[in-house]
Parts: sequence; C-alpha cells; structure tokens
Amino acid sequence: MKEVREMICISCPLGCRLTIEKDGDNLKVSGNLCKRGEKYGIEEFTAPKRLVTSIVPVKDGKIRMVSVKTSDTIPKELIFPTLEILKTTIVEAPVKIGDVIVKNVLDTGIDIIATKSVNKI
Amino acid sequence: MKERRLVIIGGGPAGLAAAVAAYDEGERDILILERENELGGILNQCIHNGFGLHRFKEELTGPEYADRYIQEVFKRNIEYRLQTMVLNITSDRVIDYVNETEGYTKIKAGAIILACGCRERPRGAINIAGTRPAGIFSAGTAQRLVNIDGYLPGKEVVILGSGDIGLIMARRMTYEGAKVKAVVELMPYSSGLNRNIVQCLEDYDIPLLFSHTVIDIKGSDRVTGVVIAEVDSSLRPIPETAKEYSCDTLLLSVGLIPENELARNAEVELSAVTGGAVVDENMMTSVKGVFAAGNVLHVHDLVDYVSEESAHAARSAVKYLNDVNQFEEKIAIKSGNGIRYTVPQLLNGNADYQPLNIRMRVDNVYRNARIVLKVNDEVIYSRKRQIMTPGEMESLNLADEIVEKMKNSKNVVFEVEAGK
Amino acid sequence: MIMQDVIIIGSGIIGSAVARELSRYQADILVLDKENDIACGTTKANSGIVHAGYDPKPGSLKAKYNILGNKMFDEFAKELDFPFKRNGALVLALDKDSEAILKELYEKGVKNGVEGLEIISGDEAREMEPNISPNVTEALYAPTAATVSPYEMSIAYAENAATNGVKFRLNAEVERLEKTENGIRVCLKGGETLEAKLVINCAGVFADDLSNQLSERKFSIVPRRGEYLLLDKIYTNYTKMTLFQTPTKMGKGVLVTPATHGNIIVGPNAQDIDDKSDLSTTISGLKEVWEKAKRTLPSLNQKAIITNFTGIRAHSLEDDFIIGFTDVKGLYNVAGIESPGLTAAPAIAVDVAKEVAAAMNFKEKENFIKERKAIPHFAGMSEVEKAAIIKENPLYGKIVCRCEVVPEGEIREAIRRPLGARDLDALKRRTRVGMGRCQGGFCLPRLMEILSEELNVDYTEITKSGRNSKIVVGKVKE
Repeated sequence: MKEVREMICISCPLGCRLTIEKDGDNLKVSGNLCKRGEKYGIEEFTAPKRLVTSIVPVKDGKIRMVSVKTSDTIPKELIFPTLEILKTTIVEAPVKIGDVIVKNVLDTGIDIIATKSVNKI
Repeated sequence: MKERRLVIIGGGPAGLAAAVAAYDEGERDILILERENELGGILNQCIHNGFGLHRFKEELTGPEYADRYIQEVFKRNIEYRLQTMVLNITSDRVIDYVNETEGYTKIKAGAIILACGCRERPRGAINIAGTRPAGIFSAGTAQRLVNIDGYLPGKEVVILGSGDIGLIMARRMTYEGAKVKAVVELMPYSSGLNRNIVQCLEDYDIPLLFSHTVIDIKGSDRVTGVVIAEVDSSLRPIPETAKEYSCDTLLLSVGLIPENELARNAEVELSAVTGGAVVDENMMTSVKGVFAAGNVLHVHDLVDYVSEESAHAARSAVKYLNDVNQFEEKIAIKSGNGIRYTVPQLLNGNADYQPLNIRMRVDNVYRNARIVLKVNDEVIYSRKRQIMTPGEMESLNLADEIVEKMKNSKNVVFEVEAGK
Repeated sequence: MIMQDVIIIGSGIIGSAVARELSRYQADILVLDKENDIACGTTKANSGIVHAGYDPKPGSLKAKYNILGNKMFDEFAKELDFPFKRNGALVLALDKDSEAILKELYEKGVKNGVEGLEIISGDEAREMEPNISPNVTEALYAPTAATVSPYEMSIAYAENAATNGVKFRLNAEVERLEKTENGIRVCLKGGETLEAKLVINCAGVFADDLSNQLSERKFSIVPRRGEYLLLDKIYTNYTKMTLFQTPTKMGKGVLVTPATHGNIIVGPNAQDIDDKSDLSTTISGLKEVWEKAKRTLPSLNQKAIITNFTGIRAHSLEDDFIIGFTDVKGLYNVAGIESPGLTAAPAIAVDVAKEVAAAMNFKEKENFIKERKAIPHFAGMSEVEKAAIIKENPLYGKIVCRCEVVPEGEIREAIRRPLGARDLDALKRRTRVGMGRCQGGFCLPRLMEILSEELNVDYTEITKSGRNSKIVVGKVKE
C-alpha cells in the first residue's frame, strides 16, 4: 500500500519542501538539500520528535524565571506530559547554563537543562 | 567632556558581536551602553531554539546564543554599563546618557555603533477600531511577561500577524495552557519561517487564516472577542465575511520598526523602506563615524546574520578610528524590480576585506527565479534560487572583480528575473 | 451617619474644579467617582481646546463662562502647574458658504466679547500655517484660543483640593439619591449610603439620570460620541495653531490641533449614541475623521497615526449649561457641560463655589494653600536640571518609558502622592508612560513591577483602569 505525505523540513530555517513516499516497508524522501532533511523526513513520518523549551521559576535568584530546554528532541506525544512535570519544578539559585534541572525526563534518557545562568540574590 | 573612542549603543546580539569584533580588530577603548539590567537584549526572552545554526553550527536557544557572546565580552574585559539610557546623540558624536550611579553624563565618541534593535508596531499604528480594553498586547511584550516575569497574559487567544514572533507566541501560550483560537494573517502568505508554521501551528492544530484581518475589538474592561474579516486583493476588509471570535486576549505581531529616535536627532539619513539608516558597505551612515548594525538597520530573521553584520560594522568602525579619510565617495546601489530593499544601499569601494556581503529582501514570492546584478544595464552577476519569499532575507557575497565593476559604473541595480 | 456638608458627584474637570474652589471654605467636602481614578469620563478624552468664545450663542451660559474661563487660564495654569499653551486658532473656510459662516462667527465673537478676532485671507492663513490646504479661501483668526492637557488640569485641581482637605472616594458609583429631612441621602452601588446637606451633581453624561430621580425640572443628556486619532510627535510641525473647520449643528467639526506635549490630535466627529458607556471607535468614524481633516491639511500622512480613542460629550437637549440650585433642597446641578465646558470650567467653579458658600454660610479658610506643584517632569528638564534631580534621587536616572523618557523616580512619585495612580491608565495620564510611539509595548512589564511593589499587590491584581481590566490572568505553571 502506497502512502505519500508532503511536509516542510524543520531541521534548519531553509525549510525544504519534502515528499515522503511509503511503499510497504520502503521509505523514500525527496526534495531535501541535505542528509539531515532525509533523516528528518523519515523520522517525522514514522516517529516525530520535537525539542521542548520552557521556563522554570527560580528561588532566591536575581531574576524570577530560568529558561530551560530538553537536551535533545523527545517524542512528540511526550511534549505535554513533559510540560506537566515542569509545572511543579522549581530550581534554586545559583543556576549555571547547562545545569540539569530534571534528569531523564519520562524515561527518555533525555534531560531538561538550563539555557541561562542565574545568580543568587 | 570625556572622550571615548568606540561607543556601542545597545548590548543585545548586535552590540555584543560588535564589541568582540572591535576588540579583536585591536581596539581597546570600547564602551557598551545597555538600557536593560542584563546584557543579551531581546535574546533573553527568546527561550525557543533556532539560533546559531550558521554561526555556531549548532542550534541554540536565544539565551544560549546570547551567553556565547556575553562570555566573549567578559573574557576580553570589555567595559559596559547596564540600566543606562542614551537620551541623545548629535551629528558630531556627542552622547548624552543617564543611569542611577553616574547621573547625567556627556561624552564625545570617536565612532558610534548604533545597535539599538527595534520595537513592535502597536495597535494604534494599524488603526484597528473598537474598544480599548485590557488584554491587547504586542507579541513581544506578551513574550516578556511570560518568559521573564512568569505571568500569563490570557487564556483564550487570537494572534494577528503570522510573523515569527506571533508564531512563536502561539506555541508558547499553548504550552502554558492557553487556547490559541487562530492566527490571522493579512497577506496571502506568512512572513515567518516555514519551520515555525510547522512547529508552532500545525503541531497544535492552530488555524492559520491567510488574507484575513481583525476589524473590531469587543469588551469594555477586558477583551471579550475580536471580529475577523477576509480581505480583498487590495487588502481591504470584506464586511460580509466578518465573524466574531470570542477570546480574552489579542496578540499583535504586525511588524517591527527599527528604533531610530537617536539616529533621527543625529541627522542620520533614514530609508523609508527599511526604517533604518542608509549605509554603505562599511555599515557607515550618512553621518561620519556613526555606524549601524542589526535590527536597528533593518529587521533580520536570523540572529546569525545580525552578528556577522555587526562584526563587520565594528571592524569598519575601528578602521575609521585609525584613518578617517578612507571613507569618502559613494555610489548608489539601486533596488529594481522585485527587490524591496538592499543593505547596504551605498557602495564606498574602499573595502579591503572581501567578499562584499549584500543582504536584501524580495517583495513577493518567487519560484525558480534569479537575483541579478546589473551594472550599466549589463548583467554581471546572477544567482538562481528555487524559492524566495519576503520573509526570508537573502545574503549574497560578491567577489572582488564584481565589486570593481560596480565601483566604476554609473548604474548599479539589483533585480529579480522571473523564472522560465 | 456622618453628615457631609457637601458631596460632589463626579471628579471630572467640573467636579475637581468645584471641589478646589469650595475647599477655600471651612466645610466637609467629599468627592465621589465611580471609576478607579479621577476624571475618567469626558474629561480624559477630548480635544483639549480652550476656546476663544466666538461659537456660543450670545447671552447663553456657554458664552458667559467661555469668555470668563478663557481669561483665567494663564493664572490657574501657573498656580496649579498644568500644561497650557496659548497657541491661537484658525477657523478655515473652503468655499463661499463657509465664508458666510466665518462672518457669523466673527460677529458672534465680537458680541460675546472675544478679543483680537480677525478675518484674514487664505494666503495670510497659509503664511501663518504653511501646511493648510490651498483650497482655503478665508480664515477667522482667534489669537486667544489655546490648548490644555484636560486630564492633567483635572488632576491638578483635584490634588490641590485634596491638599486643602477635600476627601475623594473612587470606585463609588452613585445609584440613587433620596431626599432626607436635612439634605440628601446618596446610595452607592453595593448598598452603602452617605448623607450630605448639599449634593453637587457633576456626573457628566450621567447627570440627568441622577437629577431626574428627585427633581421635577427634568432634563435630558444625550451621549454624543467623538472619535479621535493621535499622531506621532515627529509630525508636530503639521500645525502650531489649532485648525478648525466651520461648525455644523452637531458641533465644532473635525479639527487638527497640537496637544500640549507635541502630539497632533485629529478629530472629533459627532454621533449621538444610545449607550453612555460605549467607548468604542468605529472604522467608519475614524475614516470620516481622517478624510475631513485632510481637507484642511492635505499633507496628513497615515503613517503618523499612533492610536485612536473616543470621548463622549454630555450634550443637553437644551443646548446650554444647566447650573444652579434645583427645586430639590440640597441638590445643585452642574450639568450639560459639553464644549466649551473645559474652557468654562475655571469660571464655572469660581461662581458655583461662591454661590454654594453663600447659601450654606461657609466661612473662608485662613490657611488655604493655593499653589500646587506637578510631579517633576524629567523629559521637560534642561540638562542641568536633569543632572541635579538624578543626584537628588538616583531613581530619576533609571528610564522606564523610553519613548516619552520617563524615569522610575517620576513613576513612583505619581503613585505615592495624594490621589496617586493605582492602575496603568492612571499612571499614563500622570506621567505619559505608554503614550509614546510604542504605546507601552516596552515599558508595560516594568510598570507592572513598580505598581506591584508600590501598591503591595501581585501582578495579577494590576489593572488597566480598575474593575475587571486585569492585565495578566495568573502566574505561569498554574
């Protein structure tokens, strides 16, 4: 059974228009300008992933909120469960950029890390 | 009055990159004046990723990109002032600024780099009628309230404008539990990056209404709804298509305007198209020794280009400080058919740092077309592009031979040649 | 129940001015307003013109108080420290019919006692104001016309009244008036009742609703909406004088005027509406205003518009001010105060206070403080003054509103002083934060932080203009 899907690659701002054709177990990607596009096309078709960025309140920090991100992309369906976890996360100053805020979120092997440093008040 | 050699107005991505580049070019008397309470500028509130792919070959979030440059500024011990507002600059480079600790200060700068960024176009400037309740924000202001202050502007949102800030905020608000009912775009295309349409709207089934606009706002104390209508080919609302969307928040992402109040007072010539200064390839404005880079010059989509442009401006500024006389004759680089504007708009021809980089925006969506450079009506350079849109800035590098031909001609024009 | 001597309903320019003039006397005066700040009705949304006085019908109260009031502005603006500029006005004629109207206005003006009126040629008008349309054939020159900041004027009067002992209560909406043995019972929304020997009704568009509850002498106030466009300060050279078109029976027509802080105001149109609280602008109304204005100033550029707003006039069907004691003992009306109400206010207040004081046998105070100083306004200071004030108060060196150059020191002062700002719009009116070209986009978060600290409330309590106009709905992650 053939399946064809069109999508825009989001690996980089160029945004190539991809066409993914599935024929049985075979996946063919066309329209990409680089290998990352091919990888993205296959992944997006089979198991889409996203990088999640958010903020977490800081206790005793010079600023109120610290920006955070998942250290790598996580399965798309885990975006909101991850945000739920962040709802109850508070971090204490000082925070250094790259610090692990939540380790191995939802058993993905991926951490949530700080993207900004915050000094103590 | 105190004299400083290089003063950089703005400590965001443009100012930071300029400071580092100036130092690396040999300049040691550098002063950054920043009005916020931290360096980093607008990047501090851009917590999403997408920055740095060109510059650092990795994808960073805004604060991470800012941090790279901030660390470089710290390493070099470059002087900066926070919570400092420049009130005025003159055409002979006298700067008035204020802050809590120094009070009112006047200094004379050898060279100035304007790195002031831009501001958002407000509701009044696009003349939406209706009531004036609470709940109307420009997207950047809402972004700051959420990401820096930690407060939610509203629960049911309509966003006017599909520029990147609007798209990013659609996702941001969704992440914080709000319902984004629609993103409304006046034009038949989006000015934002495609990846943002996918990651911020399609991922969350947020409708994107092209060729629509907001024509009325309802609610007395707080927004209760907005009226959205389709527009015709002249962008005029079609009243019969009006539909009310209930919401408590309207976010406006309707354009960025370079922040040129200071430039105006210094008699810097401004371009009506970009809203920023008219500059030559050294990024020098019409006022000697005053340079401009980043969003204050023209609104960028990628901060990587901002850093490049600012570094270039800084190197030029240092060269200027060391020899003011090499910056004289200029010829105009014209924007012809299909080209909305180019930066620079002028060619000085003294550059000994090749290649010559020219950035531009097209005025429509073009497929399989070429950007051509014509000199005295002869095409001397062309570049084919699969797709070009107004929302994605083009960047061209011109080799020495091309620049030589430009210098020695009367008529230099960039145009779009439609595809076959 | 404490019996006030006087309760003034409404803290607009009339209520505030009357309160101030009455505060010269020994009396317990309370001003009530239903909004979260003073002068939130018609007073805060009008053209800010001090009219010369050629427009009102000779013999009317409008004519009398226009002339008297106009003369008082120099003195009061100095005494109470509010922005005022005697910039003069031109009424422009574009054809023979309007030229005839100019002549009528001139004659009315002379009859009313206006000084310096002159009919000049179109060319002479263009010499004074080069941007005027080439189609203007004649103009009426009125050198005594002026501009004022109406809400700053009201705040100045109210602050001075407060300094002299007048009490103000905001968020106090009067629902009902009842006659009592010794005066009037004032019933507020929510159930609370107050009592006064005398109630002075300065309730603007709502004055008829209140008075008609008690008085047999009924009158009707029709809310007449006027829409405005505000232009960026960099276009301030469009005109130095106020430019009028010839008036119609609905009012003085669309004008173009410099506001006291340098912006240009274009408007208003005039449309009678049903809902006294409808403050919306309309697509057609704004279009109408713009197109009419372009007839006198063809060079007007759409790019200059930074915002639009609406004001509602309290038009009385009798077409004149309604001032005086009523058939109800204890009820005094100052109603139907539409144009030239702002101009007339200082003079109306003086007369009303004198009349009321005489009738109530109030004694004059010995220690009346007649001067009031505005908040030190950083943006208007010289370099030397700026340097000095930052030395004295370093918070004046922290600029919060970049467009209007307003420092934190000025903002905190605007919150702390008597009748201080308690919401964003109130802060805006006192300091100009948010009135510039970015319309508060940059300074909003900082203003919320400052208000939150000064008022000791969370961000979620801060409003745009009181009631339910909250800015944020909650903290993130809740």
